[in-house]
Amino acid sequence: MSAPAAMTWRRVAALKGASFTVPFFLGFVLFTAVPIVLALRESMYTTKSSGLGFGEKTIEFVGLGNLLKGMGDERFWAGMGRVALFAAISIPLIQVASVTLALLLDAATRRVAARFRLALLIPYMIPGIVATLIWIYLYSPDVGPLTPFFALFGVDADFYSGELIWVSIGNLMAWGGIGFNMLIVYAALQAVPREIFEGARVDGASELRIAWSIKVPLIRRSLVLTTVLSIIGTLQIFSDPMLFRSMTPETVTRDFTPIMGIYDWAFAQGDFNYAAALSIILALVVGLASAIFYRFTNKAPTS
Amino acid sequence: MTTTLDRRTVTGSAPRRPVAPHSKRTKATVLFGLIAFTVYSVAPVWWLIVAATKGQSDLYTTSGLWFAEFRLLDNFRELFTYQDGIFLTWMWNTVVYSLAGTAGMTLICVACGYGLAMYRFRGRGVMMGCIIGSFLVPHALLTIPSFLLYTDLRMIDTPWAIIVPSFFSAFSVYLAKVYAEGAIPHELLEAARIDGAGEYRIFFVIGARLMSTGAATIFLLGFVGSWNSFFGPLVYLRSQDKWTVMLGLYSWLKVKVDNSTDLTGLVVVGSIVSLIPMVVLMVSMQRYWRSGVTLGSLK
Repeated sequence: MSAPAAMTWRRVAALKGASFTVPFFLGFVLFTAVPIVLALRESMYTTKSSGLGFGEKTIEFVGLGNLLKGMGDERFWAGMGRVALFAAISIPLIQVASVTLALLLDAATRRVAARFRLALLIPYMIPGIVATLIWIYLYSPDVGPLTPFFALFGVDADFYSGELIWVSIGNLMAWGGIGFNMLIVYAALQAVPREIFEGARVDGASELRIAWSIKVPLIRRSLVLTTVLSIIGTLQIFSDPMLFRSMTPETVTRDFTPIMGIYDWAFAQGDFNYAAALSIILALVVGLASAIFYRFTNKAPTS
Repeated sequence: MTTTLDRRTVTGSAPRRPVAPHSKRTKATVLFGLIAFTVYSVAPVWWLIVAATKGQSDLYTTSGLWFAEFRLLDNFRELFTYQDGIFLTWMWNTVVYSLAGTAGMTLICVACGYGLAMYRFRGRGVMMGCIIGSFLVPHALLTIPSFLLYTDLRMIDTPWAIIVPSFFSAFSVYLAKVYAEGAIPHELLEAARIDGAGEYRIFFVIGARLMSTGAATIFLLGFVGSWNSFFGPLVYLRSQDKWTVMLGLYSWLKVKVDNSTDLTGLVVVGSIVSLIPMVVLMVSMQRYWRSGVTLGSLK
């Protein structure tokens, strides 16, 4: 085979290889790229109905008008604040619980760990909606066992109240999320050669010391990863408060979280343009929050 | 992000000698902690199972953690006959949407991941950038314009609005690429080429087979994702007979506020039934989804 012939042969193979990716990228463009462009375009227009709303609808170009309006929308930012505060408190707590659990599992013998692992992952197998339904009923003063339980100690706990609603939702998210995060951290721990721990033990380090000084630093990367994912997820929280809203519409208002607000603007009020602008703002906030977190935690080189 | 996905986590765990914690107290603490977490994880599900066996009035009057009069079969009968068996329609819809959507997704995304992993061609870097970048795009950003787009495509309130978009999962492509890199040696493809096999034949005869474990993982994670999805169906589906089971349960939960009928019993039993396919699938495919979770670490 001469050199040019080999070249063309290679090129044909590469082209055929590229063709494997064609179906996906056609769909990706249509269902991801096009909507993003559409969102940017929609946000720059507004639909106005002339007269008393009976006349012809006209579409007007407003440029960044919707975005600026969204930037100053107090109700939207109130929702954003609620979710951001919630994320700031719940994510560290959930991470600490997940790491503790992974360390416990890692410290146990293999047989014991295998026995517990499946039970610990049961919440992860439960669909989010069903998990929310379960906890809504557990919290319920009518059917749930929690209210009478707290009453035993003289605590009158109303899990649907304005003060406790985030605790209720946080507990629900912890319940569903700890198992999954634990699994990732546990897998990272398992990948570490055991000899490192043996060495420390020989040197007389306690199990707690080993966990804190050796194991935790080794799994930092997994922690950063699960935290970024939690931030992205938590800022977009929707279905859990939406279901809680069915039980307690006074506490969980229709713009309780940013996405609930966007959903409300688009489908209850029918203003898709403004909803698109709010979506863009939310996307920017999510991206920014993840980037900042990533920047701050990834400074020192690890593992 | 990619560095956590090294080969060791992909193929399972590094060989480890069983090392027991040395002191008895450590052992006891570990065991106690594990038991406490297990109780927390399992007790709510236990409550759901117990509640599903109770009649509507016992639900309100008896202790939540233990059985009262056993009425599970009556509850099933009521669930499956309520509104002419709408619940069965919802279950069926969910099965169809999830199976069709995930099967198509697995095929398309495994092929794409294979292409990205095994070939060098122009634009490959840009494609990888698009895939990784799209992980950061919030669903909310896509939902509103997607609604407008699907309206133009006449997909709103049809199963297509749920099935077709789920074909194109960037996350699955990423998993497939990582898996292909680990599972398929380039030398094998070279050998096949020397034997005169074409690229497509190589994919179906060698690539697809070597990737079957990865494909099963991708299928499982995708199926669970579409079974659990809520926001999409809520926005894109209007008529009740096209809903998924999660949407249906949500609508029954909402009924309580709107009028005086109380469907709590139905929601509880319906939740259990909606779990059954998930649990069966996950327990039977345990090894796939465990490797999938650690492989992806992303969902």
